[in-house]
Formats: sequence, structure tokens, C-alpha cells
Amino acid sequence: MFDATPRNLKDARREGLVRILFLLMTALLVLPVLLILGVLVAKGGSALSWDFLFTEPTDGMTAGGLLPALVGTIWLVVIALIVSVPIGIAAALYLSEYAPDNWLTRAINLAIINLAGVPSIVHALFGVGAFVIFFGFGTSILAASFTLAVMTLPVVIVSTREALQAVPQSFREACWNMGATRWQTIRKVVLPNSISGILTGVILEVSRTAGETAPIMFTGAAFFLPFLPESVYDQTMAMSLHLFVVATQVPNVPDNLPFGVALVLIGMVLAMNAISIAFRTWLRRKKKW
Amino acid sequence: MTDRKADPAVDRRDVAWWSDKAVSVLVFLGGISAILFIIGIFVFITREGFGFGEHFKAGEIFGSTRWAPTSDSNPTYGILALVAGTASVTGLAMLIAVPFSLGAAIYIAEFAKGRTREVLKVLVEMLAAIPSVVWGFIGLTIMNPLIIQTFDVPIGLCVLNSGLILGLMAAPIMTTIAEDALKAVPDSYREAAEALGATRWQVTRRVVLPAARQGLLAAVLLGVGRGFGETMAVLMASGHSINLPTSPFDSVRALTATIAAELGETAVGSPHYQALFMLGILLFAVTFLINLAADLIVRGIRKG
Amino acid sequence: MVTATPEIRVQNLSIQYGEKVALAGASFEVMPNEIFGIIGPANSGKTSFLKVLNRMDTFTPGMRFSGTAEVGGRDVRSWRNLYALRRRIGVVFPLPVGLPLSVYDNVAFAPRLAGVRGKAELDAIVERCLRRAALWDEVKDRLKALGSLLSGGQQQRLTIARALSQEPSILLLDEFSIAVDPVTTMRIEDVLKELKQEMTIVLVTNLVQQARRLADRTAFFLMGECVSVSPTEALFTGDADPRARDYVEGRFG
Ligand SMILES: Nc1ncnc2c1ncn2[C@@H]1O[C@H](COP(=O)(O)OP(=O)(O)OP(=O)(O)O)[C@@H](O)[C@H]1O
Ligand SMILES: [Mg+2]
Repeated sequence: MFDATPRNLKDARREGLVRILFLLMTALLVLPVLLILGVLVAKGGSALSWDFLFTEPTDGMTAGGLLPALVGTIWLVVIALIVSVPIGIAAALYLSEYAPDNWLTRAINLAIINLAGVPSIVHALFGVGAFVIFFGFGTSILAASFTLAVMTLPVVIVSTREALQAVPQSFREACWNMGATRWQTIRKVVLPNSISGILTGVILEVSRTAGETAPIMFTGAAFFLPFLPESVYDQTMAMSLHLFVVATQVPNVPDNLPFGVALVLIGMVLAMNAISIAFRTWLRRKKKW
Repeated sequence: MTDRKADPAVDRRDVAWWSDKAVSVLVFLGGISAILFIIGIFVFITREGFGFGEHFKAGEIFGSTRWAPTSDSNPTYGILALVAGTASVTGLAMLIAVPFSLGAAIYIAEFAKGRTREVLKVLVEMLAAIPSVVWGFIGLTIMNPLIIQTFDVPIGLCVLNSGLILGLMAAPIMTTIAEDALKAVPDSYREAAEALGATRWQVTRRVVLPAARQGLLAAVLLGVGRGFGETMAVLMASGHSINLPTSPFDSVRALTATIAAELGETAVGSPHYQALFMLGILLFAVTFLINLAADLIVRGIRKG
Repeated sequence: MVTATPEIRVQNLSIQYGEKVALAGASFEVMPNEIFGIIGPANSGKTSFLKVLNRMDTFTPGMRFSGTAEVGGRDVRSWRNLYALRRRIGVVFPLPVGLPLSVYDNVAFAPRLAGVRGKAELDAIVERCLRRAALWDEVKDRLKALGSLLSGGQQQRLTIARALSQEPSILLLDEFSIAVDPVTTMRIEDVLKELKQEMTIVLVTNLVQQARRLADRTAFFLMGECVSVSPTEALFTGDADPRARDYVEGRFG
């Protein structure tokens, strides 16, 4: 294919150079992930133990574990999911299965893009203004979870819509042609063939929600509350805010403690991500058409 | 079976028909909710910040670098320094993130194959998954001493630190969207150019990049939006002191970080509290415009 | 000859995709229990006509139609329950679609929609429809296999079986044998001749001889126009429109 004219040699050499340049740029982007993980493990690994995970902080948060923060994060994530997943799936179903191509649909799409792009601190202000004050939830798990739910709603919508649209249109038309309603088609063919894709997105949402800090700072997460929440109207500690607090607000923290917190947080988040990625890869292998 | 044929149910709206109708109404509400939430964000933030009107002096707000809402004698709400803080950090972040993200997107979309490609994509996703408070923590504990040592400066929490961090944070979203834009260029374009004997890079530069131009622009815009709105990482890594930066080693304070740091200390309804909500409106408006622009550009692609 | 009310009646039917006219001013009737053939070169509007009867315009972007299109004596736009209309009409389109359900569930889909629940009854329907579609022998041992993973020809016959499982009063076939071998095609054709007792069949085909074998009357479409409707044999004896005769004799260019 190649003839060794000078021009082609030059092109080939440049091709090689460009390739290496772009590879380097990519590597410089992704290497920090590995570096960061390495440093966190090296510096925080020594803090990890069962006690660290399952006891409460002591001595003004300079010792002890992070149980209340861990439990609090679970509360926040679960309630946020209970709110956002049904709404998100409904919205995605609407956009993918029902919406006509009109200005309203375009407006909804624009709103979703915007919802995803609004800074997290603005979501926090919204949470304060709407849930804490207007709806009277006070600073509570409820208010914080709702704020998180609104913030992560676009993640659910977009990933669900993608999963739905991966089901070929011809399947829908075949059902419609037999007289199935849109809902019957969704229930019998579309959802069963996209549910794993939808779950992948939900897992991704869990990982996002667990790591958020700004939206919960003023809506329901507390700096220090060494007991477990009992109802959704309680405040709670949370992993992400706990990391911020031990890293910036508490004097005389032993060096490995904040690294340990960071390690647990990032471990949680990346584990969720890994599950979602593995799930997706498995899905791609398992072809149904 | 024959009775079904005899009675074609022409006009009978059966259970199936009504359930479909009910579901369509339900999911429509879900769809509309996105719009309601956007409006809700605007309304509720405005509602809290509205009372600031009486303290609103445009000249002071947009003309002064003095942000001193807690001053007893002379509370001042100049946001110039905060804007400069946000702009310098976001600007530096983009300086880093734009070339690297586009480079990575080109590599992943055009050069990498099979396994390598999958691994790189997963790594980019992991980069995107790291929570912002962890990034801030890294800026605080790893980058800070590193900058102090390397550049021999007294403090490492500065524009450089938070710009680097923010660059890494904005990179994955830009890479992903840019890669999508490149992938959206039909393979037939590439094949046509390759048939003429062009190398991969020539194909990319002459054919793929021009065709994906708008998508790449949208990717950059969304990256800017991301960097601009980032809160925790900037709060922790920028030094958080009010400054008009003159060098990358100056500490600065960003708009977002100001809200995060001060909201907890204000009394509900006080002018300071209201001023923070006004900052929120400003942030909301700017990101809205950025997203709108990106959306219009992407829509332009689909039409063109 | 005509005493019964027509099963399908179109009057001045025009179909458009956006600005593009696919069929202009077609008028004819299809009688109950007849096999009505439609032939014509590519892009002449045959498929578009079938789509109107089943109201597929509701999910085909840009598709509109005007004029009269009646099924069972009622305009298709006046049915308050669109799904009931579609349940009455079985369709088989040239691109085979096996749903990603088991073969059994593919064929049981429509009966279940219609409320059939009994296992024995469903079993009987599934077997009968698969036999009629000449697919039973090939799949009877793997009714649990995914319909979407069958071969192209098998999927096409599965689609036929599904259409039959609706027990439709009208069956619309659009080049149903495109991916099916000649011997199997013949078997299905024999079934169609029997099915005529139970339903009205509209058969769009590119195979002139297939129309000749099966159709009582045949319409000839040309470039979005219904040129002629005549007893099928008339096309071959030269009593029909000269353009139609040219087409069936292969003198069309
Ligand atoms: N979904 C669509 N969108 C736009 N135009 C369409 C669509 N479907 C068909 N057309 C156009 O309408 C005209 C008639 O198409 P139709 O499919 O009815 O022809 P046909 O007679 O069935 O042809 P063939 O023998 O190739 O199947 C064609 O010009 C075609 O390009
Ligand atoms: Mg056709």
C-alpha cells in the first residue's frame, strides 16, 4: 500500500509523532486518577479498620470512626433515590416513548441540560429556599435528600432515556401493529429489554449522590452529630461533608484520619462506578438481537 | 374468538386504552417536572434574595473589589474580586483542560482500538466519578506542599492549585462529549479520505475535526460551565482570600466558594444572606446562558 | 358482482411524507374474503397504502393522508379506539421482526392482549399459527428460543404467525416471501388460499406470478398512482391498462 516516496515517509513519521503526542495527552489526563488512588491508599490505608467504619468519632473528631457519617450518607442516598428514580424514569419514558416532536419537548430537553449544568451550590440555595424554608422541612435529611434528588434527576433521565432508545424502534412498531397500546409495548418489550441499562444508570446516580457535598451543607448535613439519625426530620453527618470538616475545620487531626475518610468515600464511589461499568460490559456481551 | 370478530370494539375504550392514557399522563408529569424544577430553582432563590433590592447599588456591586458584607460600619458588596477569582481559576483550568481533553478525545475516538480504547474510556469515567470534595482534599493535602516546594512560594493554595484541580475535573466531561462529537462523524467520510491515501492524522485534521467542529465547541462550553460552577474543590484549593490575582501563585476566592463558606454564618433574611442568594441568581443565569449556547450549537449540527 | 359491503374502501386517497407525495387520489374497494393483489414498481406507493389502513401514520414522522380510507365501513380516522382497529388487522412487512421474546411468547403476544389466558388455549393458538406460517416443524423443539435470534427467513415466518395469531379480519401482506425459499413460499401460499374463507387479504408483491397464483383482483400502482384495478387474469390477457400489461410482461423500463 505504501510506496516509499519521500512524501509518504514524511507523512508516516508525522503520523507516528502525532499518535504519540495524543497518547501522552490522554495518559497525562488519566494518570492522576491512578496517582491519587495510590497516594490515598498509601497515606490513609493505615487508618482503615473495622472500628474505623463501625464506631463513632471521638475526641472532637480527632479519633474514632465514621459510622454516623456512613449511615447518614446511606439515608441521604436512599431517600434521594426514592424521589428521583420514579420521576426520572417517568420523564425518560415520556421523552423516549410518548413525546411528540414539539416545542414543549424541546423545552424539557433544555431544562434537563440546564438542571445538569446548574452549579451544585445553586442547588444548595434552592434546597434552602424551597425545602428548608418554604416547605418547612427545616435542615433535615428530608430537605437534603430532596435537594440531592433534584440535582441528580438529569443523570437518571439521560441514562434511562439512552437505555430505552437502545431498544430498536422496529420492535415497538411490531407491537403497535398487533394492536398493543404504547404502555403494553413498554411493559412487555421495551422495559424488559432496557431494565439492566436503566439499573446501570441508577447505580451511577448512587455514586454521584454519595459524593456530593455542597447541596447538603446547608440543607441537612451536620458537622458533628455523634449519633445515628432516627427520622427523616433529623440532621445527619455525611461522608462527603465529614471529609471537608476533618480536612479543614478540626485542629490537631492525626494525618492519616482525613486520608482514611477520603479513601472510604472514594472507595464507595468508585466501587459503585465499577459495578455500573461491569454491568454495562456484561450487557453488551449478552446480545438479544 | 368469533365474538371478537363480530364486535370490533370500534368505539369501546377498554382497560388497555385507559391504562395507556393514564400512563401517558403520569409520564408527562415526569417530563414536565424538569421544567418545573428549573423554574422552581429560579423562583425560590429569587424569593430568598429578593429583599436585597434595597441594598442594590449596581455601581458598587459590579465596580468594587471590596466584598465585606459583615462589616458593621460599612457593609460593601463588590463582587469584582470574586468574579476575578472565578475567572482566573476557570480560565487556567480551561487552558489546561481544553487541549488535553480534545487530544484525549481524538486519541480515543480516532487512534485507539479495542482493549486500549475501553480501558482509557473507563479511566476517564473514573476521573469523572471522583467527588469534588475529594479533589479539594487533594488540592489541600497533596498539591499544596508540592507547589510550595517546587516553586518556593509561601503558600500553595492559589490560582495554580485550583486551576489544575479544576482542569482535571472538567476534563472528563469535555473528553466524553468531544469523543461523542467525533464519533458522530460518519465513517463514510473517513473511508473516502483514506481511500485517497491519507494517513489517520490527515483524515482527522482535514475531515473529522472540521465536521465535528460544533460538537467540539459545545464540549468546551459545557466544560467551562462545569468549571465555573464547581464549589468544594475551589473552596478548598484556592486559598479563599479576596484578591485581584496578578500571578498564578496568588490566593483568590470564587463566587461559588463564597456562598459555600458564608451561607452557614448568616442570619436568614439578613442583607448578607440575601446577597448570597443574589450571587446564586448570577451563577444560575450565567450557567443557563452557557448551556443554552451549547444546546443551540448542538441543535445547529442536527439541522445542518 | 358487488352486493356485500366492501371490507376496505378508499376514495381519492392521497398520502404524503412531508412535501413528498407517495400516493395521489387512489380510489378502489376490496371485498370481504377476497385476495386483493397490488403490484407495481418500486416507490409506487404500495407500502404507504397498507400503512394507512393500520394507521401507521401515527408513528411515522411526517406521514399524512387525506381522502377517504374505510375499514369495515368506517373511516379509519373515526375509530375511537385505534388499538382495536389494529387488532383487527394483521400486517406482515418485508423487514422481518422477531420480538426479543421467546418464539412462544411472540405468537402468544396478540392473543394475550385480547385476553386469552388459558395455557391450553394459548398452546393451541401458537401451534396452529406456527403451522400455518410453515414454521412449526423448525421451532417446535425450541419454543423458548429468542424470536429475535432466529434466521431472517424464520423471523419472517414468525411475523406471519404473529399476524395470524391476531385472528384478524384483514391481513395485509407486504412482500411476505422476500426472505423465504420457494418451496416454503408455496406452502404458505396454499395456506393463504384457505385463509381466504376467514379473512380479507391484501397482498403487495413484486412477484407478478405470485399475484397471478393468489389474487382474485389486482391493482397496479405506478409512481404514486393507482393506474388500474382489474381481475388478475385481465392483466395477462391484455384487457387491462396497457401500462399494467407492459409491467407484467416485463417490458417496463
Ligand atoms: N417513512 C418515509 N419517509 C419519507 N418518505 C417515504 C417514507 N416511506 C416511503 N416514502 C416515500 O414514499 C414513496 C412511496 O413509498 P412506498 O414505500 O409506499 O413504495 P413501495 O411501492 O412500497 O415501494 P417498494 O416496492 O420499493 O417497497 C417513495 O418515494 C418513498 O421514498
Ligand atoms: Mg414497499
